[in-house]
Amino acid sequence: MVKVYTSSVIGAPADRVWRVVRDFNGLPDWHPAIAESRIENGVPSDRVGCIRNFTLKDGGRIREQLLALSDFDYSFRYSILESPMGVTDYIADFRLLPVTDGDQCFAEWTAEFDCAPEREGELAELVGQGVFQGGFDALKQRFGAA
Amino acid sequence: MVKLVRSTVIDAPVDAVWAAIRDFNSHKFWHPAIADSVIEDGRAGDEVGCVRRFILSDGESVLRERLLALDDRERSFTYCLTDAPIPLDGYVATVRLRPVSDGDRTFWDWRSEFTCPPSRRAELVELVGEGVYQAGFEAIRERLSRTPSARAGAAPRSARAEPSSPTSAAREPAAPAVRRAGGAIESWGMVMTAHGGPEVLERQTVEVPAPGPGEVRLRHTAIGLNFIDVYCRTGYFRLVDPPGILGMEAAGVVTDVGPGVHGLGEGDRVGYACPPPGAYAERRTMAADLLVPLPDDIPDETAAAGLLKGMTAAFLLHDVHRVTEGDTILVHAAAGGVGTLLCQWGRRLGATVIGTAGGPEKTRRARENGCAFPIDTTRQDFVAAVRDITDGRGCDVVYDAVGRDTIEKSFEALAVRGHLVSFGQASGPLPLLDMAGYAGKSACLSRPNYAHYTGTAAAVRRLSDRLFEGLRAGWLRVEAGQSFPLARVADAHRALESRQTTGSTILTL
Repeated sequence: MVKVYTSSVIGAPADRVWRVVRDFNGLPDWHPAIAESRIENGVPSDRVGCIRNFTLKDGGRIREQLLALSDFDYSFRYSILESPMGVTDYIADFRLLPVTDGDQCFAEWTAEFDCAPEREGELAELVGQGVFQGGFDALKQRFGAA
Repeated sequence: MVKLVRSTVIDAPVDAVWAAIRDFNSHKFWHPAIADSVIEDGRAGDEVGCVRRFILSDGESVLRERLLALDDRERSFTYCLTDAPIPLDGYVATVRLRPVSDGDRTFWDWRSEFTCPPSRRAELVELVGEGVYQAGFEAIRERLSRTPSARAGAAPRSARAEPSSPTSAAREPAAPAVRRAGGAIESWGMVMTAHGGPEVLERQTVEVPAPGPGEVRLRHTAIGLNFIDVYCRTGYFRLVDPPGILGMEAAGVVTDVGPGVHGLGEGDRVGYACPPPGAYAERRTMAADLLVPLPDDIPDETAAAGLLKGMTAAFLLHDVHRVTEGDTILVHAAAGGVGTLLCQWGRRLGATVIGTAGGPEKTRRARENGCAFPIDTTRQDFVAAVRDITDGRGCDVVYDAVGRDTIEKSFEALAVRGHLVSFGQASGPLPLLDMAGYAGKSACLSRPNYAHYTGTAAAVRRLSDRLFEGLRAGWLRVEAGQSFPLARVADAHRALESRQTTGSTILTL
């Protein structure tokens, strides 16, 4: 089991950042690695259980399922159904927490997955830095670093 | 149900922040609201279930909290309030740290749930959210942060309540005066930086101006500590606005004399006990006619310890009520600074003196000072005791500076046509009085103000002459029960407010 933890501070209140990241079909709008995305079977993107099917800019295709969504906690959880990465039992959690003494919020993105032992380091780096930190860097660019 | 959340980002690694705050007994080292903390029953500070007992920085309030959960993996702990001086019911709080992997910083979330009276909700949310949580964030930020506070308006606060200079400085001989242009002298004093707890008293350099017409400049040798200083510090009495210097009693030596001053010269020993405040300083300049020349046989320490309390006892017993032979008087806090003098002096005037004191040590002290009937209020209700001692008649005069905790019972202890003299409120603000109820005893109430009885040079001379006469003849004794270096005046305030002092307290230079 590999665990990945990445967190950052974004220079905007949690509710503003949440409006952008909440949409399970919205990755292409803010994450630099995603080319395009659709929700399968035409269901709304905030329906728990929906599946997003998206294409990476390097051509890979990934299917992920929304397992939980909380507007109260500014959090969502999803699993990977299909991907070219070679991971199994991949579950990720995303969460925003308000920073009450400034116009900023704390963002936390974690994942747990299994993979071939010799690829653990490489995949932890890919997920933690490439996907998660890459997303945070884009949010910081959009809203300001803090 | 109130749900309160405060959170911040500290520019320090999460393990450093966790190391600083993890121990349930660590708050006293970093939180500005906490003067002291102990874990009860000798348990460890990371033992789940342990109870910490806080003394807040007002030196008085106590609260107890129990550790409900401690999690080193989550870097969190949860605790509840079991005893507090404020109405927070069902208060459960959680502190949790999360690492900010992007920059090796710390996200700190402090939240609680509680219920409280709706009318006090805003005040308590402010108190807990800002006074406890945010103040804790700022203290740790100041201590650990790699960069200055990013929060607008968050002035760094001095870390702890200790005096800001080494205490040894206060014991050094008076330094040669540094003279400035215009005749001012550079000196030092304990400056009240804001109204608040003892920690607002900070050592600072002060400029002492050359004496103007009718003024002299003094070098203090001993300073008296009085409860009125506490009232001024908290802002209950608005005699000093911060930044300013407290203290209304001292002895010293005249170093400079301004134009038009008669009867005082350089090197004269003098004392004073009056507004305006300003005694918590090495030197000061003040009006010459407020000063009392000290007779050779009255030591500086005695004057500093006894002038204010002695003149208070003098006008309470001679002016507010003319106590005469055969009167029965009740003196509250009979082992305290004014209390011991009222006992000695009351007995000298021929009165039967009943006194209240907390505990056997203090009742013994009251008895030594002439109190014929000391009542230990930790064991006995004083109203019942007075009834027994006076065969149900009550007292002719009750001297009450305790205030909130005693004033209503003091009325019960009065005789018909008795006189209730309320001259302080050490236990807290006085309740509104039921004037109509005074008809039940045809009682008389006085609320004397020190300044109104000592407002003229003639009144001061008259009262101080009586005091010196008693001291010289030996029927009046002033004991400085304890002394503190001036630089540690905050500790002296804490001791006074927590009822740990006996007799007078002086500050030394």
